[in-house]
Amino acid sequence: MSGPARLSIFAAPLLLAALVSAGAEIALNERRSAYDDMSRDNKAMQDDDTSNPGMLAVLDGEALWAAKAGASGKSCADCHGGAKASMKGVAARHPSFDASAGRPVNLEQRINTSRVQHQQASPFAYESKEMLALSAYVAMQSRGEPIAPPDDPRLKPFLDRGRAQFNQRQGQLNLSCGQCHDDNWGKSLAGNTVPQGHPTGYPIYRLEWQGLGSLQRRLRNCMIGMRAESYAYGAPEYVDMELYLMWRARGMKVETPAVRP
Amino acid sequence: MHKQPIMQATRRAFLAAAGGAGAALIVRPAKATPAAMTAAIKQVVGEAQINSGKVKLDLPPLVENGNTVAMGVSVESPMTAKDYVKAIHVFTEKNPQPNVISAQLGPRAGKAEITTRVRLADSQQVVAICELSDGSFWSDKVDVIITLGACLEDNLI
Amino acid sequence: MARTLINVPQKAKRGEVIAIKTLISHVMETGFRHDNMGKAIPRDIITSFVCTYNGEEIFRAALHPAIAANPFITFHTVATESGTIAFRWTGDNGFSQDASAKITVG
Repeated sequence: MSGPARLSIFAAPLLLAALVSAGAEIALNERRSAYDDMSRDNKAMQDDDTSNPGMLAVLDGEALWAAKAGASGKSCADCHGGAKASMKGVAARHPSFDASAGRPVNLEQRINTSRVQHQQASPFAYESKEMLALSAYVAMQSRGEPIAPPDDPRLKPFLDRGRAQFNQRQGQLNLSCGQCHDDNWGKSLAGNTVPQGHPTGYPIYRLEWQGLGSLQRRLRNCMIGMRAESYAYGAPEYVDMELYLMWRARGMKVETPAVRP
Repeated sequence: MHKQPIMQATRRAFLAAAGGAGAALIVRPAKATPAAMTAAIKQVVGEAQINSGKVKLDLPPLVENGNTVAMGVSVESPMTAKDYVKAIHVFTEKNPQPNVISAQLGPRAGKAEITTRVRLADSQQVVAICELSDGSFWSDKVDVIITLGACLEDNLI
Repeated sequence: MARTLINVPQKAKRGEVIAIKTLISHVMETGFRHDNMGKAIPRDIITSFVCTYNGEEIFRAALHPAIAANPFITFHTVATESGTIAFRWTGDNGFSQDASAKITVG
């Protein structure tokens, strides 16, 4: 798996893709989760909770939910009660508008706001074991629920910005997200099927990572692929993009913790 | 654990530009060779003959990502006190080292079938060998092709 | 402490062959990788997995760096009597983790 070999096969199909003009958004009834394109083995890994390695993090998250933290001496459960009821559908509605921030925040940021303001605890770092565990546990409570971005006019400018970024050519390969995920999904890129890129199962257990990772890690990964400069974790650009991707996947079912190659 | 992605991309681009000479600069561990695998197998079976049959190695022929590949090994055996599978071993040809897993079971298993998830560093042959209670060895081989992913973040093997 | 996830049927008929599934959180660092500075990352893997049924060993596996992170191992055993099926993973740097499950055999 040498770097140079990968670079060359990566570039060739994309040059072809670049000739195609930016297409339209995928019709609602044509949308599909990348789950549908996975091998039998990988589907089985996601389907069975006792063989899904993402469940190890969910169990850690369950323990964190009940653990007292910070100067408040309170746990998440002390205020929210059982996550099964109180967190159902929450991940499906994020990012959502936060009045004090004056902009949308994603699930991870919402968790950290709670930690800092209500538990008086230090925020979890992005991609830390704790943040991935707790966000996986919270998001799993929405498993099977339809993705339902809030119908909130305050989100509109951020949603538009996210959409613009999705269609903006960037990086040394001068590609937009849409050129792959709107215009060329289902085709092959090197050894992979190009997915539509719906954030249905985050945080996901990615076989390549051999671990759990957030949607922002995945976006970063895509930007590296495009040879674009990636943003810092938690950057507003990423959250706007998350907002657009959730809107684009509206109505699709949450799969957290999903398994992906 | 995270590397600086931009630096990496630049380094890769440079290596690509440098071509064959550049490729030699990549610090990679020496890979196991078919000879290393043969030696590792010999450590297990000694001078005994290896027969083909009885054991079935279940691996997909085409794998999207070699970092986590579901693998199963099953052996035809009545699994009685007199006739059972003693051990199952798996070896690879081109991983940094040839050994993957060595499982010891006995008649109490009831069924000689194990599964796990393995790392395959490259397209290669994977070999499963089982040892039966009568001292005989049986093997199965699968050639696996690892297709390169387009947008990999890092080398994990 | 490593998180474990065990799947053993709670009840089984005597003589029935049951499937046992185990997952454990562990990086399984191969020892063949290098960090950004080119420094070798030392090996840190689980090297051994042992399963006992009411104290008697029924399955054992030696693991190598080719086993993927968060090792998943499944195998079978004959349900002989009610009791405890126990698991122990040991590895580099003094790693040791235990888990167990109860089974009722009728």
